[in-house]
Amino acid sequence: MNNLIQVNSVTKDFTGHRALDDVTIRVPKQSIYGLLGPNGAGKTTLIRIINQIIGPDKGEILFNGEKIRPHHVEKIGYLPEERGLYKKMKVGEQALYLAQLKGLQYYQTKKLLKEWFEKFDLLNWWDKKAETLSKGMQQKLQFIITVLHNPELLIFDEPFSGFDPINVNILKDEIFKLKEQGATIIFSTHDMGSVEELCDEIALINKSKKVLEGNVRKIKKEHAKQIFRVEMAGLSSSFEIPNKNDFEIIEQSTKDGLIEAVIRINNDKTTNDLLEALIEVGNIVSFNEVIPSMNEIFIKTVLEKQ
Amino acid sequence: MFKKIFIIIKREFLSRVRKKSFIVMTILGPILFAALITLPVIIARLSDSEYSVAVVDDTGLFYDRFEDGNDVVFTHLPVNLNDALELLHREKFNAVLHIPEVAFESPATLRIFTTKAVNIKAKIHVENVLKHEFESLKLGARGIDKDVLRAIETNISIQAVRILKDGMEQTDYPEVSMALGIISGLLIYLFIFLFGSQVLRGVLEEKTSRIIEVIISSVKPFQLMMGKIVGVALVGLTQFLIWVFLTLLLVFVVRTAVPDMFQFTPDEQVHITSAQMLDTGRLEEHMDTIQYHDTTAGQVLESLSAINWYVMIFSFIFFFLGGYFLYAALFAAIGSAVDNEADTQQFMLPVTIPLIFAIIFGQMVMVNPAGSVAFWLSIIPLTSPVIMMIRIPFGVPFFDLYLSAFLLIAGFLFTTWLAAKIYRTGILMYGKKVSYKDIWKWIKY
Repeated sequence: MNNLIQVNSVTKDFTGHRALDDVTIRVPKQSIYGLLGPNGAGKTTLIRIINQIIGPDKGEILFNGEKIRPHHVEKIGYLPEERGLYKKMKVGEQALYLAQLKGLQYYQTKKLLKEWFEKFDLLNWWDKKAETLSKGMQQKLQFIITVLHNPELLIFDEPFSGFDPINVNILKDEIFKLKEQGATIIFSTHDMGSVEELCDEIALINKSKKVLEGNVRKIKKEHAKQIFRVEMAGLSSSFEIPNKNDFEIIEQSTKDGLIEAVIRINNDKTTNDLLEALIEVGNIVSFNEVIPSMNEIFIKTVLEKQ
Repeated sequence: MFKKIFIIIKREFLSRVRKKSFIVMTILGPILFAALITLPVIIARLSDSEYSVAVVDDTGLFYDRFEDGNDVVFTHLPVNLNDALELLHREKFNAVLHIPEVAFESPATLRIFTTKAVNIKAKIHVENVLKHEFESLKLGARGIDKDVLRAIETNISIQAVRILKDGMEQTDYPEVSMALGIISGLLIYLFIFLFGSQVLRGVLEEKTSRIIEVIISSVKPFQLMMGKIVGVALVGLTQFLIWVFLTLLLVFVVRTAVPDMFQFTPDEQVHITSAQMLDTGRLEEHMDTIQYHDTTAGQVLESLSAINWYVMIFSFIFFFLGGYFLYAALFAAIGSAVDNEADTQQFMLPVTIPLIFAIIFGQMVMVNPAGSVAFWLSIIPLTSPVIMMIRIPFGVPFFDLYLSAFLLIAGFLFTTWLAAKIYRTGILMYGKKVSYKDIWKWIKY
């Protein structure tokens, strides 16, 4: 079994609207899996179903190949988008309580927690009420609570919303570390930058349907449209390529004495064919494929389906 | 499953009993309670400023019949009404009582004049005296002697004897049962409200602070709800038991320190007897009064010891828990359905009405504790905790008791089931004002 989580044809209806429509996704083990989609697409519903907070109307969830059951919650760490704390409860006590609810024992947890608190500079707040923590510290605490029981699967719903840039970086580092240690991470986000940076795999959900799924690099390749950016030297102004139909120059500009051009390859020609044609024209300084950003793919896919 | 509920119960319990407000209430409770009982007595003993009434008696028959007392002082004014009213305006008196010459024939002509609102106590006192005097005059006119009248005046207090199934007789003390019933009924009412709303606020806190989603990704919503309800119930129970213990301790301490606190003090006895003696001038009656008072005091003590306190306390705990569970589940459902405390009002009303209803009908039940209103209200689970507690001190047939207990258990199982359905959907609903229609959909779902 290479998938830790398998969502098979899950449909969920709420009174009045369909939140998920026949959604199937596969989350490979030890991957960072991005769940993308516009607001209201159904990401949070899917996450809640995986967390067994609500049940699907149709379809099933497999955890490590077996049908998901209540005891699996102890193998999942969940950081919801709407996250809070008991304001009047002491920080350490609170973390201990939530850890115990995940099935951890009191004494071993206390030791473990102190280590995490030390690491995140929270130790002085152990006996303070949660309402005295700054927002950033609250987020750190919530993160610790999420990962403390060493779950196989981590689910972060919009983890970076509300974090300041420093904490975003800390969080990203921790996510990579967790992956190295063997965890599988699902996170939902709007932030396409972090998707490119972090995700191995993604699924794009729009209007309650999955519209795109797969390896990030593969998806980008698939969405690449044989467009290349070249820089040429030794040319006076603009240039032209003889066989215009095969190599279409989309735009051209002069920059620091170099000419930069964006060229699309048509008619099943290869990059080598283009390079050969360019060598005839002048000196090639650089040659790169123009790969669409996740952001572009996201917007394009969402708009296409409308 | 149960281990996690236990963890939740522990947190709910500890986080509440550690609060300052809990500790203060627990200690202050019995003291406040004692104060509540003794304060009216103390206030009654404090004398108000004197209220002076000038008597203008055109008939000349009654002016010397008014005795000072109860902070009312009478002065006979042998002047005409206008002069008296002049004095009233100059605030020499608080009131002027005018008895016109025709008063005896037409009592409606009697007037009491004041410049401010009349003192009701004085007015009633005057009315009583005049009624008595008018009656004696009328009796005298028909040849009946005053002394004969005095001799036939009798104090009657009937002893209620209940014949039990086994033929045994048992003396009832309805007055004592009444007091005990209303106190325990009120206490149940208070506890249900107090701790029910704690559940509501607890649920609301988890929802508004948004910690709820973290918790229900670890435990089932039902576990969380039950953990909270049971945890708060234990807080209530702890408080009640500490109150019982502290009250007993307080009573014990006071009893040892002031042994005759629970008897009439000699001072009071002298006061009563001397007043009576002056009034009647007859020794036998004086003796009667003493005996009468002795028997009431004795009766109260006897009746208190006749009450089965184990049954009282056990049934109090049972009906408190039963009623609390029934209502707490509904309160939890309300807390889950709304976004903030202000929105709770529309849902609170239908839940609290049966409770308020129970307290209002409680008075009717006290008057006739074995009637059909008492029976039905003590059977229906929404009102039974309060009403049954009012009935129990009077003695309740086992059938009624068991039926009520059974229905109460069935009732709270039902409300818990209902609440769980509302709760699991409600806690995830944000930013939408929920209507009864929505809630109905959640229940059906």
